[in-house]
Amino acid sequence: MRFDYDTSYADAQRLLRHWPGRIAYAALAALLLAGPLVLPKFFIGEAAATFIACIMALGLMVLTGFTGQVSLGHAAFVAIGAYAEIGLLDAGLPFPLALPVAGAIAGLAGLLIGLPAIRVSGLYLAMVTLAFALVVEQAVGRWKSVTGGYDGAQVPDARLFGANIGGLVPFYYVCLAVLVLALLALINLTRGYVGRAFVGIRDSEAAAHALGIWVSGYKVLAFGISAAITGLGGALLAHQVQYVTPDVFSLNLSMQLVLMVVVGGLGSLRGAVLGAVLIGLLPTAISRLKALLPAVAAAQFGLETFIFGLVLAGFVLFEPSGLNGRWIKLRSFFEAFPLYRRRTFVRGKAYASSERHR
Amino acid sequence: MTLDAALLQLAVNGAAVGAIYALVALGLVMTYKATEVLNFAYGDVLMLSAFIGWFAMTSLGLPFWAAALTAIAVAGGLSYVIDAGVMRRIVGQPHFSAVMLTIAISFMLRGLAGMMFGPTSRRLETPWSGHSSRLGGVVVADISLAIIAAAAVVTAVLFVLLRTTRFGIGIQAASQNQLAAYLCGIRVKRLNSLVWAASGAIAAVSGVLLAPLALVDISLWSVVLKAFAALVLGGFGSMPGAVVGGVSIGLIEQFAGVYLPDGFKDVSAQLVLILVLLCFPRGLLGEAHGRRV
Repeated sequence: MRFDYDTSYADAQRLLRHWPGRIAYAALAALLLAGPLVLPKFFIGEAAATFIACIMALGLMVLTGFTGQVSLGHAAFVAIGAYAEIGLLDAGLPFPLALPVAGAIAGLAGLLIGLPAIRVSGLYLAMVTLAFALVVEQAVGRWKSVTGGYDGAQVPDARLFGANIGGLVPFYYVCLAVLVLALLALINLTRGYVGRAFVGIRDSEAAAHALGIWVSGYKVLAFGISAAITGLGGALLAHQVQYVTPDVFSLNLSMQLVLMVVVGGLGSLRGAVLGAVLIGLLPTAISRLKALLPAVAAAQFGLETFIFGLVLAGFVLFEPSGLNGRWIKLRSFFEAFPLYRRRTFVRGKAYASSERHR
Repeated sequence: MTLDAALLQLAVNGAAVGAIYALVALGLVMTYKATEVLNFAYGDVLMLSAFIGWFAMTSLGLPFWAAALTAIAVAGGLSYVIDAGVMRRIVGQPHFSAVMLTIAISFMLRGLAGMMFGPTSRRLETPWSGHSSRLGGVVVADISLAIIAAAAVVTAVLFVLLRTTRFGIGIQAASQNQLAAYLCGIRVKRLNSLVWAASGAIAAVSGVLLAPLALVDISLWSVVLKAFAALVLGGFGSMPGAVVGGVSIGLIEQFAGVYLPDGFKDVSAQLVLILVLLCFPRGLLGEAHGRRV
């Protein structure tokens, strides 16, 4: 066990407080920065896609993990971010400006969709977001003048100071930079009073209200921030796929985002990143695995969907705190090495209160 | 065709599609009332049972009725096993976990259907396929009549079941208060699994009847998205509401397809869902109540 003895506010505010963490993160940073120099091309693209998935999952985590509002339709914000980016670039905005503006546009849409969250909660909110995503998917397909419809839209090149940064290696660094910025912003957000208000609303709306938190305002704000981050991911996704069609933003994408957040562990930003890495790399891993399987099993259509379901079910049943929870257990095992007790993390029996009228 | 006849035709078509939505919504309401779980895997049970019906007819050579019964039995058994084996483990945990678990099951079922039957679409032939009747100046496909009849029969059976039998009264008791029902000697766990089985059987009925309208295909599950709208429109936990909601959504969809610009037909159900929840956060016919802290 380790006890922190802070002697100043700066001590308490530091992001990485202990030397093992600093070394680990420095090593991770070095690894990620050096990655493109040694990795084969395929993996560089894969890594960039994973970073984008991380950004989108971080956005959903703010909403579902911290504020406790389930959204089954976050692909809508990905779509809005992506098409906003295309529109802005077509209008002649430079890439470094278009990216945040695209995020902001998605955020505005999020604020709009957050308004129902004041009145609707729980399962009903999940249904509203699901319906919204279906409507957006359909609208994107039909609104030809803006989105190019089902034929798709070509994404203009991303240019930074005149140089094309759409190439594999520069784009990797762009995605990494945006991910780090988004992560830092969210870490500080969730540590500050806004984040605490979010968690308060998640844990008990009535208690939060009693403590003077403006519940409806923060709910809408959570939607806005979440949609903005997810939209940012969408804008990058547009550059990654280079040719955007509406079926990129199907229900499947929404479900995958939810999967990332749940598998990663609700209520932790590290969880969002871990979940996104696992779920993002799963299809590649499965296709690699297929080469090893006998031909009958490898040719199966639907194996991927099945494994997604299996992973999700496994986490919900056996590790509800997700990959992050697993990580914390592992870490405390090493920290307390000979004295680790399994019982530390055994959950008490939970009894959810019924939402029914009695 | 005069305007009146055209309207009548639209209404009949809408009612036929709506009857399917009503059937699907009925099954969803049953599990929601009994276990407070909204079953996202429901559409996939429906899709799988349509495949089973097709398989029984083509590969096993069974006649339609036998194939339909097989599908109903298999879907009912499957749903029983899903509840008894998986859903029961997380009773008492937050509702979100249950929703995630049903989504996980839906992925697994969808994957399983893909692995067993592949991505190709199949045609399911029923005794009513390709025939139509004239009813008072309106041409109605026989399959539509069969669907409406089946929806009526299922609703009637459920009504009688819930009102008069021991099983049904047990369901009502458990849906009001599980603990009190348990203390009165109702075997709540088994009851819940039986409710799941019944809802699975309803899913199979709707799957076998929907298959001739659409095709037997993996994407058949998406009918559940329309059923959600029906559910919300009819108030979340109400069986008559589900029927009314389903038929209304069917009618709205048909009329939206004719009177609104292209593309509105597909999203009209979703738009209705959003609007209803915005104006009536607890559903149109839903029980109005605040949440206890």
